[in-house]
Amino acid sequence: MVQSDGKPRSFQDIILRLQGYWAQKGCAVMQPYDMEVGAGTFHPATTLRSLGPKPWAAAYVQPSRRPTDGRYGENPNRLQHYYQYQVLIKPSPPDLQALYLGSLEAIGIDMDMHDIRFVEDDWESPTLGAWGLGWEVWCDGMEVSQFTYFQQVGGHDCHPVSGELTYGLERLAMYVLGVDHVMDMPYNAPDAPIPLSYGDVFRQTEQEYSRWNFDVANTDVLLKQFEEAEAECEAILSQAHVDPKTGRRIVMAHPAYDQCIKASHLFNLLDARGVISVTERQAYIGRVRALARKCADAFVMTQAGGYAA
Amino acid sequence: MPDLLIELFSEEIPARMQARAADDLKKRMTDGLVEAGLTYAGAHAFSTPRRLTLALEGLLGESPTVKEERKGPKVGAPEKAIEGFLRGAGIAREDLEERDTPKGAIYFATITKPGRPAAGIVADVLEDTVRNFPWPKSMRWGAGSLRWVRPLHSILCILSNEAGAEVVPLEIDGIRAGDTTEGHRFMGAGRFAVTGFEDYEARLKRDRVILSAAERAEHIWHDATNMAFAQGHEVVEDKGLLAEVAGLVEWPVVLMGDIAEDFLGLPPEVLQTSMKEHQKFFSVKNPRTGRIEKFVTVANRETRDQGATILAGNRKVLFARLSDAKFFWENDLRVAKAGGADWLERLNTVTFHNKLGSQGDRIARIAALTREIAPKVGADSDLAEQAARWAKADLSSEMVYEFPELQGLMGRYYAEAAGFGEEVAGAAEEHYSPLGPSDDVPTAPVSVAVALADKLDTLTGFWTIDEKPTGSKDPFALRRAALGVIRLVLENELRLPLDRFFDGQLLRHEIAQNGEDEVSRGLMGDMMDEIADHGVFGAAVRTVLDAFDGDLPEHLERLKIRLPDTSRDLLGFFHDRLKVYLRDQGIRHDVIDACIAMPGNDDICLLVKRARALQDFLGTDDGENLLQGFKRANNILSQAEEKDGVEYSFGADVKFAEEDSEKALFAALDGAEGAISSAIEAEDFAPAMGSMASLRAPIDAFFEAVQVNSDNTVVRRNRLNLLSRIRAICLSVADLARIEG
Repeated sequence: MVQSDGKPRSFQDIILRLQGYWAQKGCAVMQPYDMEVGAGTFHPATTLRSLGPKPWAAAYVQPSRRPTDGRYGENPNRLQHYYQYQVLIKPSPPDLQALYLGSLEAIGIDMDMHDIRFVEDDWESPTLGAWGLGWEVWCDGMEVSQFTYFQQVGGHDCHPVSGELTYGLERLAMYVLGVDHVMDMPYNAPDAPIPLSYGDVFRQTEQEYSRWNFDVANTDVLLKQFEEAEAECEAILSQAHVDPKTGRRIVMAHPAYDQCIKASHLFNLLDARGVISVTERQAYIGRVRALARKCADAFVMTQAGGYAA
Repeated sequence: MPDLLIELFSEEIPARMQARAADDLKKRMTDGLVEAGLTYAGAHAFSTPRRLTLALEGLLGESPTVKEERKGPKVGAPEKAIEGFLRGAGIAREDLEERDTPKGAIYFATITKPGRPAAGIVADVLEDTVRNFPWPKSMRWGAGSLRWVRPLHSILCILSNEAGAEVVPLEIDGIRAGDTTEGHRFMGAGRFAVTGFEDYEARLKRDRVILSAAERAEHIWHDATNMAFAQGHEVVEDKGLLAEVAGLVEWPVVLMGDIAEDFLGLPPEVLQTSMKEHQKFFSVKNPRTGRIEKFVTVANRETRDQGATILAGNRKVLFARLSDAKFFWENDLRVAKAGGADWLERLNTVTFHNKLGSQGDRIARIAALTREIAPKVGADSDLAEQAARWAKADLSSEMVYEFPELQGLMGRYYAEAAGFGEEVAGAAEEHYSPLGPSDDVPTAPVSVAVALADKLDTLTGFWTIDEKPTGSKDPFALRRAALGVIRLVLENELRLPLDRFFDGQLLRHEIAQNGEDEVSRGLMGDMMDEIADHGVFGAAVRTVLDAFDGDLPEHLERLKIRLPDTSRDLLGFFHDRLKVYLRDQGIRHDVIDACIAMPGNDDICLLVKRARALQDFLGTDDGENLLQGFKRANNILSQAEEKDGVEYSFGADVKFAEEDSEKALFAALDGAEGAISSAIEAEDFAPAMGSMASLRAPIDAFFEAVQVNSDNTVVRRNRLNLLSRIRAICLSVADLARIEG
């Protein structure tokens, strides 16, 4: 049972409350995308669905990986694998700020006791060719969310504009639960028959991945995989829009975009291995961005992207 | 006459844009209204995080009626022309007036434009202002097409007088103007209507919004200093931060907290920067210990626990931030105490610019140049070179990676940790200076040497790869670098022949770019030594390249011409910077030009000394008259030289002098010449010009009494040669021909 009133007691309680809140506000509660990504924005429910004229409202948890942030589970705030909560609504409703503040109340932040601030922070993703204007939201000086009005994605102007909310779940939960070290945070209820802490669930994987990310991952293999993903993405997109087998018009935007996500994550792994120099870095980012643009071009040629035959 | 109140209510406007936006709102609205004929008595603009407000007093109720007279076609002109005129003027045939003019009878039309009520004009001007507002960055939202800095929610626009307030009818992209607004996001009581500015401001305050940014800033500063004072502490002043924080809150509530004991050992600048950058905290200093021991944060609301929860949250965030800073500091100290070799090593792999090599390459060049400059500025060469090699080590440190603005300063702390003396530590901190025109210029010799070498290496480098500033584009801040050199030289009164350092460093860049083969490298190395010893590029070319027995690599052939050209071009860039700098100090541009035309113009100190003396001299009566005398002599002489095809420069003899004034001029020149040339030799320009002033009377008398172009060719030639003595003397101080007037 989720406690709907009173303070949340665990990490999952906070997640469940967010799910409940946004479901109640009419979002389609989706599941995490089944690929490695650096942030919730990469989920096609955000990137691709923010394109084109069709209305959309989705909320989901997205496990996110940032290999360079690995600290072997020792740093109280840094993880190479963490969770983001992501909300995307198109067109952005006029009361999005109020909806957002409601979500904070839903997870037990009392608006009468805390100082919530919207501080300028413009968002840009060079790998996705995307940018937007918005804020980072502060709660008592702590950044708890990113709030962005998408202006461009994959090189396409957003019409209508999507409002995107991203919550860094661990950090937010630590604040709400009053925990100083992420590994000490209760994952399920502290009085559950088998109480588990965040550390019980993730300390070991943080250690394993930190070692692999920094020292073991085979960079030759990663490089090869990067090039393969890039080539496959291009190959998919070069197919005719009409499928010769079925005779139907099937533009394969999503399979191509999977390859783009893959390339992006492989680049992050290579970066963590320290084999990418400053000048090469820009070039790799440019290659991923080129894929993202082509995927966006393809998506707007699909039905979900607003294409009408 | 009505008052106008406008409020544009939106989601949070970035703090840095608010003040400018309030000004723009005022300017665009008042300009537009005045242009439409609506004058006003007073205008005030305000901003908070969620609103831009404009209050105009004493606006005209309607724009005045305007009559305009238009001249039409001649009476009897083709019907089509007359009809066209009527259409254009918007009047009927019977309104035409015939007037007799010297060109015959002509139709005239008087067009009356009736005044418009203020509401309509305000609506038009406001719509235009909102749709074309000059935000630095703007956005769309929802399904609309309007652009604003963040979503615009409501527009309040009312005209009010004794009788009451009326809403200006206006709708922009679905937002209809009204007479309501709301107060604080969390402490306000919802929307309310207002009747005029005073009511508006008072209602906002009741709903916990202080409208004026200045009042908010004052309130913050007052409470912060009082709170600190009560504990015997003082708030570190930071006007920029104060303005920013005043733009982040509508209802400022000042809270003060302690910095945990663990962090008090961090350098105060690190505490200050971390708190300011990440959290917009003010630093609070304990004057007894000289340390920063507390912080002040500004919340946007009151709470029933007097901000205890908010303060606790902020302290927690600070703890995490400072833990990071402490972690960086301790790691950095470990590297520094081991001599910093890791850092220097890493700089070899960091690109400075893809055509100018790594930071390591750059440091090596700067160190070599520093060594050469050191004796000229009174610094020990070994020490100066050591300082140059350390000066950029902190670029590898974790602290500078996190806080780039602490570069240099961390270099000082880490130099001390590494056991270097004050000279090396000071140079690390000061070698970037001066950055702005008001920034202090270093005076310690070692710092001066490194600061000069750093900037000269940058300038010669970008000149080598032909990346010079153009127009407003100066991505590598080269103008600032040149001005820095100029100020270092002038304020330390350094006698520095820039020319040779340009040539030497340009050659060093050349070696880096083209020194792949051993022959080139060897030859250029030899030239480097020649320049270091003698300072002359031409001589180095003769001694090394021209004497080379064998085929000179092609790039060296080109170098013979290209390097002097580049060097000259760079000197010209310095002269342009110097002109701007001296013009700001009131020195005339033609005076500077006259001095730049003299030899030794790469010695900035000498150049400026000459220019100042000349400017003073030209300001005197004697100076002004001597200049006229010189110009007269020079004109007559140049014309004669052009006509005769010869240069009159030698052989004036007193024995051919006919007139007394002519003989007197000979005597005066004989008397003054020695004094002038020895004064110039000694660079005493004021006395030299003083002696020149004594020539004024004899020159004036000469021109008064003597006709230079005598029929007697011997006498004429003698007089022209006499004029050439005047010219030579005058030109020995500056090129007076370049002086205007």
